[in-house]
Amino acid sequence: MLDFAGYGPELLKGAWVTMQVAFLSLFLAVALGLLGATAKLSHNPFWKGFATLYTTIIRGVPDLVMMFIIFFGGQQALNIFFEYLYDNYEIDYFINVNEFIAGVITIGFIYGAYMTETFRGAFLAVDNGQIEAGKAYGMSRGQIFLHISFPLMMRHALPGLGNNWQVLLKTTALVSVIGLTDMVRVATEASKAEHAPFKFFIPVVTVYLLLTWISEFIIKKLDAKYSVGVLKH
Amino acid sequence: MFEQLTNLLDQNQIFNTSTLLTYWDGFVVTCQLVFISLVIGLVFSVPLAVLRTSSRKWISGPIWFYTYIFRGTPLLVQLYVIYYGVIFINGIQESIFWPLAKNALYPTLLAFTLNTAAYTTEILRGAIIATPRGEIEAAKAYGMSRFVTIKRILLPSAFRRALPAYSNEVIFMLHASSIASVVTIVDLTGAARDVYSKYYAPFEAFFFVAMLYLLLTFLIIYVFKQLEKNMLAHLRPLS
Repeated sequence: MLDFAGYGPELLKGAWVTMQVAFLSLFLAVALGLLGATAKLSHNPFWKGFATLYTTIIRGVPDLVMMFIIFFGGQQALNIFFEYLYDNYEIDYFINVNEFIAGVITIGFIYGAYMTETFRGAFLAVDNGQIEAGKAYGMSRGQIFLHISFPLMMRHALPGLGNNWQVLLKTTALVSVIGLTDMVRVATEASKAEHAPFKFFIPVVTVYLLLTWISEFIIKKLDAKYSVGVLKH
Repeated sequence: MFEQLTNLLDQNQIFNTSTLLTYWDGFVVTCQLVFISLVIGLVFSVPLAVLRTSSRKWISGPIWFYTYIFRGTPLLVQLYVIYYGVIFINGIQESIFWPLAKNALYPTLLAFTLNTAAYTTEILRGAIIATPRGEIEAAKAYGMSRFVTIKRILLPSAFRRALPAYSNEVIFMLHASSIASVVTIVDLTGAARDVYSKYYAPFEAFFFVAMLYLLLTFLIIYVFKQLEKNMLAHLRPLS
């Protein structure tokens, strides 16, 4: 039953690609989210407006369209750039936009916008007195962020972060459309070749459900860690 | 006026009359897909949400399983399974269902409907279990039957509470509908892909639809804001 007509190893490799895309884009999204939240909470109107524009546009455009813009449009932009370099400076260089990198950048970029909103709310929920206490102890801004704001903010951010991660994980399936061989693409190719869709998509569905289930468990553990010192009913 | 417009369009290399008509057709298909699947999904999700809150495990269990599967896997995978699952059924090509299955629109509608019904069921369930106990007790004290209680007390207030979350689901569905372009449907995204491959102009082709989606999203947000203003008026703070 578990032979998958020879596609077993391919599917496993695809699952690994899916996980790589998911974790790398999560990393990028969290970094962009922290930056975006800081920009939104700053008093500089330029950065504030910039971050607001970013979150508004990203959240209003479908993931797939965004991916096409970055994948196809990015290639064109690079082509124009290198053509310009060649024409003016005789530098002969060329980069092909890689599906993997385009996928990670797109997903990270999109979920960075969602993370920005999550972190913004969480930073606002941190008691101002805590930060004042840090200042009174003579902590630098970096120290206050690292030892006070960040750990306290994480408790409020975790539920939203967990949700964003679950949605991000499912969005990784879209990289199969721009040609990256993740497990969805392997299953699609196999289904077409073997005329048997259920056989190849059942392991794919199982992996997604398993990842969701494991994430739920880890988020619960993290929640317990960051809620130390808070009364839970 | 009309002549000036056609003149202007003729000068434009990419956005000429024929591509704009492609976009228009795609826009119509996107609206159809989203609207039909949302309406059917909503109709199915109301009874499912009520049954999902049942204390009997054999009733709520299967519905929990359905929503867990459909919310835990990507819509793209669901679409592939249903699309390929339907066209590879043995003997379907000779059966009377082939004209229906051959058109990618119907498998896609089925996948979208099942997906949105799962999400909407969970949204409504959350709203139903948030009903204050006193309201149900009051209904019982008035001698209302279970069905009447659900119809008059539970659902009207649950719909109101679910409205903000449901507006997110509608936007999510609009964005998710772009996936239909993967199974050969020419929706808005599909139209953009056609224009892209014809002129090799990715920025123009995709940026244009991105702006259209953005506009549609703002429109949906505006409509739901107005709805909330009307339906949640009693919850607004005074002054």
